[in-house]
Amino acid sequence: MSRYIMVIDTRRCVGCQDCVVACQTENNVPSGYCRDWITETASGEYPTVRLEIRSERCNHCDNPPCVHCCPTGASHVHERGGVVLVTPEKCIGCKACLASCPYDARFIHPKGYADKCTFCIHRVERGLDPACVSVCPTHCMHFGDAEDPLSGVSRLLATRPHHTLLPEAGTKPRIYYLT
Amino acid sequence: MNALSRRRFLRISASSVIAAGLGSRALGPLRAASATRAPSGDLQRIPTFCDLCFWKCGAVASVRDGQLWKIEGNPLDPLCRGRLCPRGTGGIGAHSDPDRLRAPLLRTHERGEEKWKEVTWEEAIDYIAEKMKRIAASHGPEAMALFSHGIGGTFLKHTLKAYGTPNIAAPSFAQCRGPRDVGFRLTFGEDVGSPERTDIAHAECLVLIGSHLGENMHNTQVQEFATAVGRGARLIVVDPRLSVAASKAHHYLPIKPGTDLALILAWMQVIVTEKRYDIDYVTRHGFGFDAFAAALAEYTPEWAYVETGIDPETIRATAREMARYRPATLVHPGRHVNWNGDDAQRSRAIALLNALLGSWGRKGGFYQPVTMDIPAYPYPPYPKAGKPKVDNPDHRYPFAHETLTTGIREATISGAPYPIKGWMVYATNLLQALPNEAETLRAIQALDLLVVVDVVPSEMAAWADVVLPESTYLERHDDLNPEYFREPFLALRQPVVEAPHDQKPNWWIARELAVKLGLGAFYPWKHIEEYLEHRVKAAGLDYATLKRDGILRGPPQPIYWADGVPAEFDTPSGKIEFYSSQLAKAGFDPVPRYTPPVSGPPGSFRLLFGRAPMHSFSRTHTNRLLSGLMDENVVWVNQMVATRAGLKSGDWVRLRNQDGALSNRIAVKATERIRPDCVYLVHGFGHKARGLRHAFGKGASDAGLITRYRTDPLMGGTAMNVNFVTLEPAEAV
Amino acid sequence: MIEYTSTRHNPGIDPTLHLWGWEIPVYLFLGGLVAGLMMLSGYHLLRSRWDHDRAHGHYVTAPLFSLALLSAGMLTLFLDLEHKVQVWRLYLTFRPASPMSWGSWILLLVYPALAASALLTLPDSLPRLVRRLPVLSRVAATLSGRDGTVHLIGFANLVLGAMLGVYTGVLLSALGARPLWNSALLGPLFLFSGLSTGAATLHLLSHLTPRARGDAPGFSDALASVLVTWLRPPSAPEGSRKLEQADNSFLTIELVLLALFFGGLMTSTLAHQTGARLLLTGPWAAPFWVFVVGSGILLPLLLQFLQAQRRIQSTLVPALLVIGGGLALRFILVAAGQASHWSIALP
Ligand SMILES: Nc1nc2c(c(=O)[nH]1)N[C@H]1C(S)=C(S)[C@@H](COP(=O)(O)OP(=O)(O)OC[C@H]3O[C@@H](n4cnc5c(=O)[nH]c(N)nc54)[C@H](O)[C@@H]3O)O[C@H]1N2
Ligand SMILES: Nc1nc2c(c(=O)[nH]1)N[C@H]1C(S)=C(S)[C@@H](COP(=O)(O)OP(=O)(O)OC[C@H]3O[C@@H](n4cnc5c(=O)[nH]c(N)nc54)[C@H](O)[C@@H]3O)O[C@H]1N2
Ligand code: SF4
Ligand code: SF4
Ligand code: SF4
Ligand code: SF4
Ligand code: SF4
Ligand SMILES: [Mo]
Repeated sequence: MSRYIMVIDTRRCVGCQDCVVACQTENNVPSGYCRDWITETASGEYPTVRLEIRSERCNHCDNPPCVHCCPTGASHVHERGGVVLVTPEKCIGCKACLASCPYDARFIHPKGYADKCTFCIHRVERGLDPACVSVCPTHCMHFGDAEDPLSGVSRLLATRPHHTLLPEAGTKPRIYYLT
Repeated sequence: MNALSRRRFLRISASSVIAAGLGSRALGPLRAASATRAPSGDLQRIPTFCDLCFWKCGAVASVRDGQLWKIEGNPLDPLCRGRLCPRGTGGIGAHSDPDRLRAPLLRTHERGEEKWKEVTWEEAIDYIAEKMKRIAASHGPEAMALFSHGIGGTFLKHTLKAYGTPNIAAPSFAQCRGPRDVGFRLTFGEDVGSPERTDIAHAECLVLIGSHLGENMHNTQVQEFATAVGRGARLIVVDPRLSVAASKAHHYLPIKPGTDLALILAWMQVIVTEKRYDIDYVTRHGFGFDAFAAALAEYTPEWAYVETGIDPETIRATAREMARYRPATLVHPGRHVNWNGDDAQRSRAIALLNALLGSWGRKGGFYQPVTMDIPAYPYPPYPKAGKPKVDNPDHRYPFAHETLTTGIREATISGAPYPIKGWMVYATNLLQALPNEAETLRAIQALDLLVVVDVVPSEMAAWADVVLPESTYLERHDDLNPEYFREPFLALRQPVVEAPHDQKPNWWIARELAVKLGLGAFYPWKHIEEYLEHRVKAAGLDYATLKRDGILRGPPQPIYWADGVPAEFDTPSGKIEFYSSQLAKAGFDPVPRYTPPVSGPPGSFRLLFGRAPMHSFSRTHTNRLLSGLMDENVVWVNQMVATRAGLKSGDWVRLRNQDGALSNRIAVKATERIRPDCVYLVHGFGHKARGLRHAFGKGASDAGLITRYRTDPLMGGTAMNVNFVTLEPAEAV
Repeated sequence: MIEYTSTRHNPGIDPTLHLWGWEIPVYLFLGGLVAGLMMLSGYHLLRSRWDHDRAHGHYVTAPLFSLALLSAGMLTLFLDLEHKVQVWRLYLTFRPASPMSWGSWILLLVYPALAASALLTLPDSLPRLVRRLPVLSRVAATLSGRDGTVHLIGFANLVLGAMLGVYTGVLLSALGARPLWNSALLGPLFLFSGLSTGAATLHLLSHLTPRARGDAPGFSDALASVLVTWLRPPSAPEGSRKLEQADNSFLTIELVLLALFFGGLMTSTLAHQTGARLLLTGPWAAPFWVFVVGSGILLPLLLQFLQAQRRIQSTLVPALLVIGGGLALRFILVAAGQASHWSIALP
């Protein structure tokens, strides 16, 4: 079994949003919406300020409340890599999954179904990186299989300090941020 | 470029190119494609190169069912290495921009009223040719000036040169990199070039002075910057604002704006007095070192502390760190360096610091760029201009080696040394790019003819007599790009989709105009592809392969001295000029000398500005994809200052400058990321042209607040960081 | 201080979550109210000897009212769905981890239970209809013929009502991403709020049911008399005392549950505390204290207490206040819950 994860190096990321545009064109994200976005967290006092820039999206949680709460099975865990997906045709648009995601990673597509990052499974299945990963000019994003100890992502996690978002929410997120 | 430096750019002979095979393999499913739309149900991948800025990254457009789907980096392109910046990725939005110009427009009311009637191309070009003939008849062809920015302007330049004017300028000199190029020329005899010859990828210590890589998205530099950060290279960033780059620095120096020269002099003073410079390098290649060293004596870190606010220990520590990693210490020369009026000298100081560290010509410093030898098209010779260029009479700015936009503007207003009666403006929004827009408007009012070639109804277009709608870069051919870079390559721009309305490419416009002007002899070709094919063939290369792959690469060449590139300097002494006799002779400081910056009225903030990664100047704000990422700018205000003024993030204010100019309303960003004595804006917003429906009135214009500027005495650059603003509350809407 | 910026801008999500407007609170309110009605009338069926107690008109009309109110609630739920054409998907699967799924199946069971009790009472609640369709009276007679059946119906209403009531709270509390909802007490709280609003509704029904005719009141009569009675305060009917007492105990339990709910949140993580403060001292504090606690619980408690002591005249006011309080509770909790968040600002 593979377990797809993303490892994002916040030291390299410059917050340019290329990942955001790439997702929009690759996935025809409706205008005014985004599946991924950038956050900046600055702490300290000028001039001693620590800044963390992160490219964020659905965390494809190992313990995904959005899947648990879905009444129709539209939200599900894909057999490949454990990616969390939505089947639009099964979705009734009840928004339970939106309300259950601590990361607010989902939105209602103008066509009425819940939508979010798919880890670009359509690309991954063809052996490509997700669109956002493939365009990032700073090469700060890495995608791969955490079950494979030799994969790039596994090696990064083994050697670099990292954190996930809101571990206290108990969702076991699968996007790791290198610091 | 003069003969000597031209010689030093290594060229490869075209016959040695091995590009073809390499290309097709790496690009896989790329199809040979032309301007035609893809048939339905089809996916085509067509290579071209990007035009959202001047970096010219290789791009591959995917066209699905005849619709542009996405644009990705061309993996064959050494500049972008398969990855574009957000603007390049969002380039589709330029094609689909609903605010685009659709047809040629002829002014029907007063200038600036934005009232037009649509005319045919025939009518528009007849009108222009008629006026140009009249101008040539009564004032001579020199009375026509062309402002043109970027590779798209190639053919208009050709037409205007054929017409007989030498007055052709771009804001990229006097408003951008001019001072840097002059400072480096005076020192090393050569420019830094664009793309900059900075070897960031291999630097072990990188010093950024203002240069805000990561916000400034010049692709290769940002990629190499990330590589350097990832490698753990030492990073020293000097900026009054905690830029993205500064947030990654080991040493962040929160300098008082305008005092950088003091810091650089003090750094050099430390390195020289502590004998930490590359003695062998300096002895071998340097000229006038002793006079230089003597002139530095007074610039101690303690002295610099008073000017810059950077404490002496930090100055010493960072100077020593630079010395420790030399010659792989790169003090980045910056690019937009028109800050305070001492800019050429500050740039020269940066060049000198690099010289002390021995980084010029060395790995991790500045490499020697190489290019492909692509012969020019054999045109007939241009007529000799009857008068010298108008922009720099009597060599007032002796070291200006390119034409000064602002010089042409001045001559247009004053009529001296001779009158300028017509402007043709191609792809430059002079009202946003030149300081003091009132002066630009005054010049415009003195014109008999103002033609603007643009893709959207920009501020500049708003004042034009004739507006010509160009097709975007995705819909047209342009000239070839044989770039000067780490390795030789040739790039082709070709259409990936058709223009949606009656827009035409520059080459077509320029050619039609030339024909109407009776200059048809200068256009022996009918379609640009004949021109392109001719040049590519003349270089011994295969045009079909270039069309298919977008890029032809030549074999790698040595780019460091260590690999055999000769260390030659096109300076009067033939050496690196620590002491510049040229400057001395022209009455300037032969070794840079510090003068304190102007200060503003009490209680005001110095207005600083810069880039946002997803926008280019004033040109991307109606691109719906990119404006979706940021649709207006905010004004950065120090958190403490904001609190004291009762402001918090999101509050609306207006900025008023020292001359009373008032901005649009703009939201505050109260932040710990900026000094208390300045405010910061992303350049280019606050559009006044109503035709830019999506951008009109959003955010504040830095240009509108830049009513003052200081002119660099060496080269005529216009320093713009000399304006001061106060904040006034503004109503929320 | 932490400066946090995000470029996300999804409608309904940013700047604060706004997924659910009036539809879901109304749905939750009606669901709870019906749950309360079901439990009360179910309990009634279980406890009473049918023939004796059928005289209590409000128990007779309650099932029909419940059916109407529940259907109205289902309608609001349906209105909230963004992908309405797919609604049938709810019944192609059962997702044990999804309260929504539980809810939709519970609702599916609630309808027959309610229908059974409605049929049982039909000869009394819609006598004219039954007269016209004798088959209905035969069905009703079969159902009420044996105590076992009546008790089974009562039991089903009691249990399903409880499930429905708890579910309306669990629906929110299962959405762990919203710390304010993150309490196991939300189910019981909504259940008891449902019971109190149910009792108040019964109370209201009893007032609205004309007693003069001596005959068992008809559903249509009850409806018709609404307007009339509105203007003319009726005398307290028999049995409403019991309801007032029940209501008071429900309200008291609700109050205790509310206290425990906040106690739990305030002793939990910072995110939970921040969530709780939205109601206690934050932007929702005023409506919460005034409409939920003040006029929704304390005031009716006091009024009903005084009425019981016969110090003041018995009116509809307490019942109406309780119903208003129940509605306010749903509105405020749904709105504030959407604004409560795990802080993601921290790196
Ligand atoms: N206040 C202020 N002034 C500045 C700067 C600053 O930061 N602040 N920066 C300076 C610098 S570094 C530079 S390089 C200059 C840049 O100055 P400009 O090159 O003038 O930049 P823009 O303001 O973007 O104007 C470009 C114009 O070209 C049009 N255009 C875009 N694409 C095309 C095309 O394909 N064809 C045609 N025909 N037109 C096109 C756009 O619509 C726009 O009107 O500005 C300088 N001036
Ligand atoms: N996304 C994007 N990228 C671009 C462009 C674009 O339009 N968009 N334009 C391109 C072009 S043509 C150019 S010229 C470059 C310009 O990019 P750079 O050459 O990097 O521009 P600077 O003028 O250095 O830009 C502004 C930075 O200088 C700081 N600064 C201001 N005053 C001072 C000072 O007195 N001292 C110091 N040390 N720092 C100061 C500001 O805080 C800000 O961080 O960007 C290029 N890249
Ligand atoms: S593209 Fe890369 S560098 Fe740019 S914001 Fe996204 S993750 Fe960061
Ligand atoms: S991030 Fe949100 S949407 Fe994605 S799997 Fe986790 S809970 Fe579900
Ligand atoms: S909105 Fe769609 S995907 Fe989300 S829980 Fe409801 S049915 Fe499932
Ligand atoms: S993985 Fe694909 S869908 Fe997810 S954010 Fe990246 S580009 Fe968008
Ligand atoms: S740096 Fe960005 S905008 Fe400029 S050419 Fe490259 S991809 Fe295009
Ligand atoms: Mo520039």
